[in-house]
Amino acid sequence: MSEHLHQVTVSVNGVTRRGEIPARRLLADFLRMDLGLTGTHLGCEHGVCGACTVLLDGVPVRSCLMFAVSADGHAVTTVEGCCDPGGELGPVQQAFQECHGLQCGFCTPGFITTIAAYLEENPKPTEEEAREAIGGNLCRCTGYQNIVAAVLRAAEIKREREAPHE
Amino acid sequence: MKPPPVMYHGPDTVDEAVRLLAEHGGQAKVLAGGQSLVPMLNMRLTAPARLIDVNRLDELAYVRTDLEGVRVGALARHADVERATHAFEAVPLLRQAVRTVAHPTIRNRGTTVGSLVHADPCAEMPAVLALLDGEVLLRSERAGERVVKAADFFVGPMESVCQEDELAVEAYFPKPKGRTGTDWREMSRRTGDYAMCGVGTAVRVDESGGVTSAKAVFIGMGPVPSVIDVTGAADWTAAAEHAADRLDPEDDIHASAEYRRHLARILTARSLKAAYEAVAP
Amino acid sequence: MSDKLVGRPLVRKEDPRLLRGDGRYLDDLGRGALAAAFVRSPVAHARIADIEVEDALDVEGLVAVYTYEDLPGRVAEPLPLLIPHPDLTHPRTPYCLANGEVNHVGEAVVMVVATDRYVAEDAAEKIRVTYEDLPPVVTIDQARAAERLVHEDAPGNVAARSVQTNGKGDAHEAIAAAPHRLALDLQIERSASMPMEGKGVLAQWDPDDRTLRVHSSTQTSTSVRLAVAAKLELPPDRVEVITPDVGGGFGVKIVHPWPEEILVPWAAMTLGRDVKWVEDRREHFISSAHERGQQQHVEVGFDDSGRLHGLSVEIWHDNGAYVPYGIIVPIVTSTQLLGPYKVGAYRVEFTSLYTNTVIVTPYRGAGRPQGVFAMERTMDAIAEYLGLDRLAVREANLIQPEEMPYDQGLTFQDGRPLIYDSGDYPTMLRMIRELVGWDGFEAERAAAAAEGRRIGIGVAAYVEGTGMGPYEGAHVKVETTGEVVVSTGLTTQGQGHYTSLAQIAADVLGVGVGDVTVITGDTRRFKYAVGTFASRAIVTSGNAVAVAAGKVAEKAKRIAAAALGGGIFPEELELVGGTVRRREDPETSIDLRTVAVLSNPLRYAFDEAAKAATQFAAAVGTGDEPGLEATGFYMPERSTFAAGAHGVVVETDPETADIKILRYCVVHDCGVVVNPRIVEGQVHGGVAQGVGGALYERIVYDDAGQLVNASYMDFLIPFATEVPHIQTAHMVTASGVNPLGLKGAGEAGVIPTSAAVASAVQDAEGLAVRRMPISPSELYELRKLWKSRKEQVSA
Repeated sequence: MSEHLHQVTVSVNGVTRRGEIPARRLLADFLRMDLGLTGTHLGCEHGVCGACTVLLDGVPVRSCLMFAVSADGHAVTTVEGCCDPGGELGPVQQAFQECHGLQCGFCTPGFITTIAAYLEENPKPTEEEAREAIGGNLCRCTGYQNIVAAVLRAAEIKREREAPHE
Repeated sequence: MKPPPVMYHGPDTVDEAVRLLAEHGGQAKVLAGGQSLVPMLNMRLTAPARLIDVNRLDELAYVRTDLEGVRVGALARHADVERATHAFEAVPLLRQAVRTVAHPTIRNRGTTVGSLVHADPCAEMPAVLALLDGEVLLRSERAGERVVKAADFFVGPMESVCQEDELAVEAYFPKPKGRTGTDWREMSRRTGDYAMCGVGTAVRVDESGGVTSAKAVFIGMGPVPSVIDVTGAADWTAAAEHAADRLDPEDDIHASAEYRRHLARILTARSLKAAYEAVAP
Repeated sequence: MSDKLVGRPLVRKEDPRLLRGDGRYLDDLGRGALAAAFVRSPVAHARIADIEVEDALDVEGLVAVYTYEDLPGRVAEPLPLLIPHPDLTHPRTPYCLANGEVNHVGEAVVMVVATDRYVAEDAAEKIRVTYEDLPPVVTIDQARAAERLVHEDAPGNVAARSVQTNGKGDAHEAIAAAPHRLALDLQIERSASMPMEGKGVLAQWDPDDRTLRVHSSTQTSTSVRLAVAAKLELPPDRVEVITPDVGGGFGVKIVHPWPEEILVPWAAMTLGRDVKWVEDRREHFISSAHERGQQQHVEVGFDDSGRLHGLSVEIWHDNGAYVPYGIIVPIVTSTQLLGPYKVGAYRVEFTSLYTNTVIVTPYRGAGRPQGVFAMERTMDAIAEYLGLDRLAVREANLIQPEEMPYDQGLTFQDGRPLIYDSGDYPTMLRMIRELVGWDGFEAERAAAAAEGRRIGIGVAAYVEGTGMGPYEGAHVKVETTGEVVVSTGLTTQGQGHYTSLAQIAADVLGVGVGDVTVITGDTRRFKYAVGTFASRAIVTSGNAVAVAAGKVAEKAKRIAAAALGGGIFPEELELVGGTVRRREDPETSIDLRTVAVLSNPLRYAFDEAAKAATQFAAAVGTGDEPGLEATGFYMPERSTFAAGAHGVVVETDPETADIKILRYCVVHDCGVVVNPRIVEGQVHGGVAQGVGGALYERIVYDDAGQLVNASYMDFLIPFATEVPHIQTAHMVTASGVNPLGLKGAGEAGVIPTSAAVASAVQDAEGLAVRRMPISPSELYELRKLWKSRKEQVSA
């Protein structure tokens, strides 16, 4: 007895993507398995580690706790969509490299989407605010210190890039 | 940890959702925020035959404040409740408590009403509803709409009176009467974890600052949120003592029962004092 | 002016790819592969009475189901004992699939292969295994009491019993004869590596070539290759193992072969299809490996200044249900316990015990945290007893710089003598004293007390053996494009080898880091390696890269000298800026890439570079090999010893017993540093794990042997809000063992954390902290215990 397949249409990183999938296919697996966007990672599949965090209509959510069918008609942004339009590293990504905010890189995509959304809301965080902002994502490699620095640096880079050109 | 096969329904209207529940209620689970349900599905701790996804019911995505209090629709996310300035001004306890629910990303998706129906004894929002004497509005084809008061709503750990064929459509958090200060505090192992002990307090004063009512509600200290009246206690320490003696915490790997009771004493005294100071002249 | 790249905090080359989401971790590969899942034992100790698979056969998408009965030849034999030891008298290793009995919750019983992981789990759920429960052994106490046995043929639940002495006299006599003596009982709870990415294996069998390609999220692709070839009875050169991007290891991925690393390739060969297995988080909790659980009894004899005369330590080590990795962890505890101190006569005895729990293999620190805990708690106890400053007692026992190299009189985990090559421990303690604010602390404490706050300070020091052998190797090649390709056999899990090893090669060859590509962990590229563990990678592969690059540089000079003509000797040349040039007259130069072309005289031209190569006659002399490339190995004669000291200030809430770290300071010596940014990152990460182990992380089993907290909700890895800001200061005592002067840094951050935090909590509270981790609830209970003891005493 095969599973009923549902049509889903999701805008992923600005591109309309379609799929025919069982209802139980998690959004994370739809992105990874069906769309080949493997930047989003699964670390726990119970919502704690945050490696799977993507933006749903601009807002961070755990893609391991959502079914792809629930995302039908919505917009999803993954780490792949956090680059600049020209393909260069976006401000958050660049800050991570400058600050050595990643080591193995597995948790990193979840941090990048979370921080990208956070800086839209709070463009000038203090160090304490930055640490709290990343307080829902687990990292086993970095001890978080350089990630906190990356949040502050990303805010700076954003400001630099958004500054009107003379 | 992949969920088991399930039949999926994504109704577009509340009527449709209610009709689906009437037809399939016994073998269906309502999927709202999913932050509690989906981990259980992923771990295969539950395997309902059907899921009724209510996330398309935009008509239920509201946080409305009036003179009486705050009405939270079933699709309002915790984050929506947290941000709603009008709600905060009317019922500060809502934001005080909801911002301690898990982490921001979880709050972006999890719903306050969903949390009430889920009735986890460690969850904050059921306790807030209980402290404020709130209500839940349930709808079904069988019984139409009914209102259940908080005191009757939570019947056991993870068990509310919401029936299989009912959809919780709204929660009502009444504004406390008179000059009432509230406070919420909890102590957990890591920021965002379930609290080892959490307490919400409401202290009402008259014009001269005399306490006319003092209540405390607890999470993680019993099978349902327990509201304890401590009006008339000699001081906040005595009030906390009185409350802690009436609690029945359990041991678990994070904290002993005795430590939880000890925390209840400490946190309740601190919380009552803070609630009082919020409104004392 | 130094143009050297070694020592510079360069940003990492590998980052952009990972940041864009272009990482290629195990589960990102093998898109068309079948998926494996396992039925794992839900009970701790049982005989398997029956396995019924009929219901699973109905699941659409199921491809195969395997039990022990299906396993052929060597696959059906127990997994290998990787590190035998004469003291390991009763070794037991698991089968790939349980053979009639299970010995821990999580042991694999049935393998299912299906079209995807969802379906595989559906099928696995329908398989019914009937167990006949046997009474489980869960705790160290139960194992010691031995009323029940894990393995019938391991009496007393003892896998190994081992005694070492340091040849400086009889420890018990020395303790008895000393002016003072103390005894301590200590305990460390079980924890685990918990990388964010679990294990995974992808196997691809080519029936035409009859070759097997395996990707595994491992710390040792070369050893997995040999193990897989042996088990599947394939010639090694028909098996290749590639390590993809790995999402953290921290020790748990050095164990090999995991049952899955054998079963998944076997299934691929049997089915003629690619097969992939990706561990989920629950599986990782119940079927990978844990570490840290020990009980310790310390007896020490000392004099009025706190100097040790004798030290006797007994350790009871929980090794879980099997010992595939041998007894490395308790050996490391036993030897690294000595730290930077002279301890007089030393005797250490450990008993490694079986329990019906997950196996115990190295987790970052690998037994050192437990040893440092024992030594540092003892130092603090001596100081308290004598009323002396805790740092002064440590200083009285330090090995002095002029005593280096210092022979501790023991045999280390690499089988070599435990001889510290270099270190300056007095300076190290002076530095931590200053960094953490030791001398001014009483004033700080008084100021806090005036506000009703309670704070305490603690320090712990350690010595860490790093860079052990047997060897590592590297191959370095200059391509005709000018790109330098460096291959080494060991693996990477986030340590930045692609950058740090490039820095070493670039310095030798006079090119930029951007010109150097580093490949690790791919047996197709380099076949001889040991692996990444025990803080050895930069030391061993770094030196091997230097050897290989050095050979390439010498060859480049020879060829360039010949090509430049005019009687130039190779010794007159140097490699700078991508050229080979005359030191005295830099205008006389030839591009390194041209030298690469010249190194391979060709008969046929098929591109521009090759065309140039056909024009020159014999720039490669007779007796030389073509190609500007070379292989080099580094075989250390023994380990090289890094060291460090951590200083911690904690605040404890007088009412709630909450524990917060206010200040965390690290002084760290890992010899010559290749990339300070990477080293500091390693320290931060280690400290975070150390904080986890001190205050949060504990694997909990119940009386029935069920793992109670097998999820991230209840196994408390710290978030950013739980990890303090870390101040790091470095000092350098170059290694006396290897030419580059390097010492390892990977584990440093985690080694003394529990000891330092315990010291600080004790200082704040005035009660003895003998067990870690410590939670607020446990501190509350401890306070009650001490209060009632004090009341008893004064009564």
